[in-house]
Amino acid sequence: MGNEQQSFEREQVVQIINSVVSKIENVGGDATATGIFKELKTLQRIIDEARNEIGLTRPTDIKDKHIPTATDELDAVVESTAEATGAIMDSCDVIQEKAGAIGGEVGDAIGNEVIKIFEACSFQDITGQRITKVVTTLKTIEDKVAQLINVLGESLPIEEHGEEDSDVGKTIEEKLLNGPQLPDKAITQDDIDKLLEEFD
Amino acid sequence: MAIDKDMNVLIVDDYNTMLRIINNLLKQLGFSNIDEATDGEAALAKVKQKTYGLIISDWNMEPMTGFDFLKAIRASDEGYKNTPFIMITAESKTENVVLAKQAGVNNYIVKPFNAETLKTKMEAVLGAF
Repeated sequence: MGNEQQSFEREQVVQIINSVVSKIENVGGDATATGIFKELKTLQRIIDEARNEIGLTRPTDIKDKHIPTATDELDAVVESTAEATGAIMDSCDVIQEKAGAIGGEVGDAIGNEVIKIFEACSFQDITGQRITKVVTTLKTIEDKVAQLINVLGESLPIEEHGEEDSDVGKTIEEKLLNGPQLPDKAITQDDIDKLLEEFD
Repeated sequence: MAIDKDMNVLIVDDYNTMLRIINNLLKQLGFSNIDEATDGEAALAKVKQKTYGLIISDWNMEPMTGFDFLKAIRASDEGYKNTPFIMITAESKTENVVLAKQAGVNNYIVKPFNAETLKTKMEAVLGAF
């Protein structure tokens, strides 16, 4: 539903409500039961259309699948960058020790470069904080969608769980491209080796 | 007066990466008695056990922030009213700096930073070394 249409319908709803109220208040005017009934029917149609539009966006999928998947992926990014940064710094510690043992101009030069690597590793802290902010925002959206479902839940059209929205129009090959898996969902190299052995 | 590089230094940050970076840079500058804490509460427990000559802390940590930790030690009678305190944080809004200064911070470093910046700010609060 476009913004223009939304705005138009909102105005229409307000107009109808005002019209009904006015007809009830001005008894004797156009306040016939048929007139009010017609206005209310129009109102009902607009509300039903809005409800259907919301239903088509599959709000429960957004709350239960899309947002949790996004936050899990972002948490995994933070975790894997922390691990990788730790490994880089472990190596830096060793290089620094060796540079100290070498000493002299070369040892100092190596040591200075290692300090630059340490400085650069602060990216992990900064990106981690940025990602945490995004995760917080996503969780806020998740809560808002949950509130929306609570309000409209029973009257939302039943969602048919067919093909994923994101899979529509994709070829079989394209559907296989899901990027890196989260650690708890990924299979290990051992699993892959065992699987391949089954083909032998 | 020469700076006593044997002084106890406390670094506080909730990211292990940042603790390691600051720890390493301090060691390069000749400081070796370095303790670490991962939030304000853990840092408060440390300052009650030992006397520190310098505190370097992040701001954004849970459950207790570095800002609350700063206010707590400045308000306490544990002898930390004038201990050099450097805030190293990604919070770079003017109001953060002003609030930290009003709470008694001695210097303020915005992440990401480099070894030279850390050294300069440390010299500003401790004296040249």
